[in-house]
Amino acid sequence: MEIHDIVIVGGGPAGMAAAVVAYDAGCSDVVILDREPRLGGILMQCIHNGFGLHKLGKELTGPEYADVYARQIEKRGIRIYTETMVTSVSPDKVVTAQSRSGILKIQAKAVILAMGCRERSRGALNICGARPAGIYSAGTAQKLVNCMGFQVGKRVVILGSGDIGLIMARRMSYEGAIVEAVCEVMPYSGGLTRNIVQCLDDFGIPLYLSTTVVQIHGDKRLEGVTIAQVDAQRKPIESTKRYIPCDTLLLSVGLIPENELTRAAGIPIDPITNGAIVDESCQTMLPGIFACGNVLQVHDLVDYVSAEAERAGIGAVRYINSFGSGNLGIETKAGNGVRYVLPQKIRNVSENVELFLRVTRPFSQVKFTVSDETKVLTSVKRLKAAPGEMEKITLKPEMLRDITGPITVNLEVL
Amino acid sequence: MIYDVLIIGAGVTGGMLARELSKYELNVCILEKENDVAMGASRANSGIIHGGYDPVPGTLKAKLNTEGVELLFAAAAELNVPHRRNGSMVCAFGTEEEHALLESLFQRGLENKTPGLQLLSGDEARKLEPNLSPLVSKVLYVPNAGIVGPYELTIAAVGNAMDNGVSLMRNFEVIRISHEDGIFTVISSSGGQVQGTYLVNCAGGYADRIAQMVGDGFYSITPRAGEYMLLDKAEGERVRHTLFQCPTKEGKGILVTPTTHGNLLVGPTATRVDTPESRDTTPEGLAQVESLAAKSVPSVNFRQVITSFTGVRATGSTGDFVLEASKTVPGFIHAGAIESPGLTCCVSIAKYLLEILADAGLVLNGKKNWNGTRADFYAFANMNDTEKDAFIRHNPDYGKIVCRCEMVSEGEILAAIRTNPPALDMDAVKRRTRSGMGRCQGGFCGPYVMELISRELGIPMENVTKSGGKSEMLVGRIGEV
Repeated sequence: MEIHDIVIVGGGPAGMAAAVVAYDAGCSDVVILDREPRLGGILMQCIHNGFGLHKLGKELTGPEYADVYARQIEKRGIRIYTETMVTSVSPDKVVTAQSRSGILKIQAKAVILAMGCRERSRGALNICGARPAGIYSAGTAQKLVNCMGFQVGKRVVILGSGDIGLIMARRMSYEGAIVEAVCEVMPYSGGLTRNIVQCLDDFGIPLYLSTTVVQIHGDKRLEGVTIAQVDAQRKPIESTKRYIPCDTLLLSVGLIPENELTRAAGIPIDPITNGAIVDESCQTMLPGIFACGNVLQVHDLVDYVSAEAERAGIGAVRYINSFGSGNLGIETKAGNGVRYVLPQKIRNVSENVELFLRVTRPFSQVKFTVSDETKVLTSVKRLKAAPGEMEKITLKPEMLRDITGPITVNLEVL
Repeated sequence: MIYDVLIIGAGVTGGMLARELSKYELNVCILEKENDVAMGASRANSGIIHGGYDPVPGTLKAKLNTEGVELLFAAAAELNVPHRRNGSMVCAFGTEEEHALLESLFQRGLENKTPGLQLLSGDEARKLEPNLSPLVSKVLYVPNAGIVGPYELTIAAVGNAMDNGVSLMRNFEVIRISHEDGIFTVISSSGGQVQGTYLVNCAGGYADRIAQMVGDGFYSITPRAGEYMLLDKAEGERVRHTLFQCPTKEGKGILVTPTTHGNLLVGPTATRVDTPESRDTTPEGLAQVESLAAKSVPSVNFRQVITSFTGVRATGSTGDFVLEASKTVPGFIHAGAIESPGLTCCVSIAKYLLEILADAGLVLNGKKNWNGTRADFYAFANMNDTEKDAFIRHNPDYGKIVCRCEMVSEGEILAAIRTNPPALDMDAVKRRTRSGMGRCQGGFCGPYVMELISRELGIPMENVTKSGGKSEMLVGRIGEV
């Protein structure tokens, strides 16, 4: 069995950023395990630009953003095992992995989980009808088109207005396909505004809100879909059914953190985020095991993934050096209009703590208030808030000084 | 060449018959209209090994069910097909009518010689099956019943038959049959032609049409669709037994069962459909499955559904299996109307058909080198880490995980493409390896499996199909479309 200080599961943006920052914080014995031949994770198929504006101050493509971190890892000589798939992480931090050379076991002092997320599939939606070829999740289509050089279809309907779906609407158009429609079951889009403008509006692709695909037609290859508007309970309205001929249906209906290893290790999972319950250093409820990036919560921008991973990297180094593993002090809670708050626990109150949260539906002119049972800690105003855009509130040490009970974030419409 | 026996249909009936015939010095060929085997009723059904209490005594169904249970368990073990004797329960929900029905099923089971049957109170049943609904008042407990992977069994039976010399012709849709001088000439829709001395009609949902082609269509098939939902392995331990509700005229009701791979399966509905090809799921059907399954086991978490699908039963007009030599066409053997408990009976049916063929003059000389076993496809998946490590060092392809939801390696996928009957399309790989069958439904592994199929079969990526025919996955290369 190999022994290392920090083992990082996943070499995407989260794993890479965590490795670099942990190394720079004084821990040179860091290992990254990744199942692909190269580091970069899902960034490698995201050949569009828009990455890095916040974190790196410039606009890069996905592979370029990944390369910034890959170079830093190379420069530091951080050890990487590629084409190596982690099959289990035990509560005492033994990581088991599998590759063409056999089974690898590593005893780690700290583990950082950075496995990213997967796309929801057709099955999870239970769309009725036939089961022909031509139905892809948007990310799978993205890989086929961008990394492998194949076109998946000529006439396309996209279900779900998540960012990958919007990006793929534009990408398929560039490659000569006709995108007939993007259907979104909610009354608002889950994607970034800039993507709706740049990927749909600029290409004249219609976005139908409160609309879903109710049936799939075609025996061998997809021949068409029936779409319908939905009522307030998201039930299809019979009179609005309409058939659209198409050979391809792309699904962009949400991302699910890839937490099989986390669950198998017995780490408690938050039912709303579908990620681990963590403190402000991204430490899970199993001491010494951290989680960051999209395996913890689905992010809007990779820049935020990197920032979160840096907190996990620092947290892991401090854990090894036995700092900052104080008691489980303060619980955070989602109040009115707030879907979740992360971290769910705050342990270390001697430094600034950043709360990340998502709202339950689009709002304009709102105030977020952070309070415990007796007083308001802080409040911030926003012109707009939407589920597709994560909010951040910073708590200063003096705000948390005398707090013991749970703190709640409430949204108030002004 | 003129085959001794032609079998139309590579479902579980045709496959198991082929395996039985492969024990003898015979030239046998299976004709299958699809790109893979197990594409009809054998592809999508409940996978239940029925105890034998249900068929009306005196019928072929009753006789072959009783004989078939242990034969099937034995064949599944020989062929290394996943199976488990988990026992089943038929549940009553408080009405006198249902209690009387359970009592009569119990008596019928005694008559059919179903071993080990017991009538249990609701509380006794809940001791064995804690998540059973509190409303269940009485249960017929069937300890000899079990579960088996239905398409895995069919693939293994055909594969083992092929290993022992049987031929398989795919994409051979029979459209015409002539019979002259004791020889059948069978013509396919694409102009292919095969000849044989005996012809066994195992065409499932199309058996009546095939029988009509030789002028002996004395029975008809009414396709009845059944919709199912498959749930994540997180729900797989919700129940241990296969749970039926009191049967109705339309079928054995909605069942809740674990599968051999540790998922939970609920279904089926029973709806008359126009064609055995029907694959459509419907909102009404799935809603019915959900509400009736919840009646048996209220705690099933339907948010864990990973896929839904439809299977089609080949229900015959006679009420029983049709297993007999044609009275008008010598050498033509009927094996039609094989609906439930057809899967349970597949081995006993094959042996019964063998007797019919022998009676009709087929000479059976045993082969010396017949091998009834088949490599264990799931051997690697079931190894511990030390065993895996040693295995990977000899077979590095098994070290590379392709499907991360089901933990399927490249080695297992290559084996599926290289082993009889070779997988030629995406769904065929999925049925053999479970790659793409997990939570992400092929989102991650799909492109990689396409590459492996393309490489192994020596075909361009654009020609890789989901299920044969015109089901291409891609429309072309970027820039050329």
